[in-house]
Amino acid sequence: MTLQSSHNASKRVASLALLLLLALIGLVVLSTGLGFIRISPGAVLRVIVERVVGDTGLAAGLDPLFSYVVMDVRLPRILTAAVVGAGLAVCGVLFQGILLNPLADPYTLGISSGAAFGASLALVANVTLFGVYSVPLFAFAGAIATLLVVLYLSSFDGQMSANTLILSGVIVGAILAAGISFMKYMADEQVAMIIYWLMGSFAAKSWTDVLLALLAVSAGLAVAVFYGRDLNIMSLGGRSSDSLGVETARVRKILLITGSLVAAVCVSVSGIIGFIGLIVPHLMRFLIGPDNRRLAVLSALAGGILLLCADTVTRAVLPVEVPIGVLTALIGGPFFCYIFRRRQRGIAHG
Amino acid sequence: MAETGFVIDRVSFAYGEKQALDDLRLAIVPGRFYGLVGPNGCGKSTLLDLLMANRRPAAGRIEYNGRCLRQYGRRELARQLALVPQEFTIHFAFTVLEVVLMGRHPYLPRFGAATGDDLAIAHQAMAAIGIGDFADRYVTELSGGEKQRVVVARALAQETPVLMLDEATSNLDVGHTMEIFNVARQRVRERGETVIAVVHNLDLAAAYCDELIFLKEGRVAACGPTRETLTPAVIEEVFGVASRVSHDDFSNALQVSFRYGG
Repeated sequence: MTLQSSHNASKRVASLALLLLLALIGLVVLSTGLGFIRISPGAVLRVIVERVVGDTGLAAGLDPLFSYVVMDVRLPRILTAAVVGAGLAVCGVLFQGILLNPLADPYTLGISSGAAFGASLALVANVTLFGVYSVPLFAFAGAIATLLVVLYLSSFDGQMSANTLILSGVIVGAILAAGISFMKYMADEQVAMIIYWLMGSFAAKSWTDVLLALLAVSAGLAVAVFYGRDLNIMSLGGRSSDSLGVETARVRKILLITGSLVAAVCVSVSGIIGFIGLIVPHLMRFLIGPDNRRLAVLSALAGGILLLCADTVTRAVLPVEVPIGVLTALIGGPFFCYIFRRRQRGIAHG
Repeated sequence: MAETGFVIDRVSFAYGEKQALDDLRLAIVPGRFYGLVGPNGCGKSTLLDLLMANRRPAAGRIEYNGRCLRQYGRRELARQLALVPQEFTIHFAFTVLEVVLMGRHPYLPRFGAATGDDLAIAHQAMAAIGIGDFADRYVTELSGGEKQRVVVARALAQETPVLMLDEATSNLDVGHTMEIFNVARQRVRERGETVIAVVHNLDLAAAYCDELIFLKEGRVAACGPTRETLTPAVIEEVFGVASRVSHDDFSNALQVSFRYGG
């Protein structure tokens, strides 16, 4: 490979990124028009521009209901889905990089179990202290508390290996899962709410959710890109990366906390949605190679597209709304098996 | 910065209760090929980790070129010292060139890309170790010997005055082993670099090393020029086996024979 060919590779990545960005924007507009009330993409754009810029002339002649449906009902949900998809994919890149394991995902360290435990607790105990945000806040607190316990369990003498992290995550996750089962057993009418929450949903999302998720995810993406090259080098193992001038222990901790915070925000906004964080980095690595700086950006875009597609299918295409977490697992699971088999046969370079 | 190499002054290190290095005093001067020899678990790798500043001594201090090691920043140190570890696993399909270019990391600004110079250095390093045509292959698809040469090329691309080999060839056949040691030897001869290699094979140590450091149970049992330290008495003391050390005409180096099989 020469400088010219590496230049060409960068150009290819840049055009792929542009393509995905345009696809994401197109998909947002298109899916906003889909649903019980159909709205043409042109009308969607006119409503959005009218609301944002304030030029009332643009939406003249459109049903005034459109403005409400687009801006207050559909767009918050759609944007939340896209941002959470991006966030989960970025977390996947981070966790796979830190744990040196292409099969890790944002939930490997028990983050999801912690969030689920917190949410279940809030639902069972009927906590209404923070209004509608009680459950998300408890989920967030559960995720962070779990992370702290896992970090404590896996750190020894200032060292922290990928294996001890995964083991600690599995142990803590198992304990929490038992706790959740117990709460489901104890709960009466709330058991349906717990199950509903655990399966994830974007129904009834507000602009607050969008902003919160956007803030966390863009911060996470920025950190991932900033430490991208360090993360590449860390895939050589701690002893090698130290000798190459990377402060492995510090970078690992920063990225671990960043990834967990983003995952915690995503889970508390949307419930538990699996497989996005696992599959998207895999797919992108197959397309553009394992360089984490590119991978983080492209995975964010692709994750947004994928989760938005899945949410649109369950919201507007299927006759009954299937919980989004179930849908992503049903589509993602078999797809992952396929990738896994291909890898085993040595065809893919994941 | 005066090029005085390493001064190891009364250094101790322990893993928990287990004493790994005990009151070590050594000087490692630039431009020599050092062999670090001793039984398994005698503290050789620990000593390399301390010299790389991957670990800190529990007591004593290590100076490099007149400055205490802990005063160096990570990146600064990575421009001085390179390490070839014994085992190398990589879980992601980077190309060989990408891995070798990682050796340039300590020289690149955070958001800067590798320049033409960096690429030239990487290609030169790959050519030196005989993997010039590997650039676009995936490291995940290489054999053990090929992978190890990639790691050596990466360390060479770091262009450091000191190169450390931690049993870098223990899994390799004699041909690949010689290839790696020849390149290391060449760096010492032509560029005045320092090589510190953990070696198990005493004949290999005799053939390549200017100086030998014998470690036993965390202490220096003997150190000095190979001709003076590689003796049956020292081998008996360190490894507990009887041996004969003689000059071999074919290799033009000392050779150690043992009475195998009791």
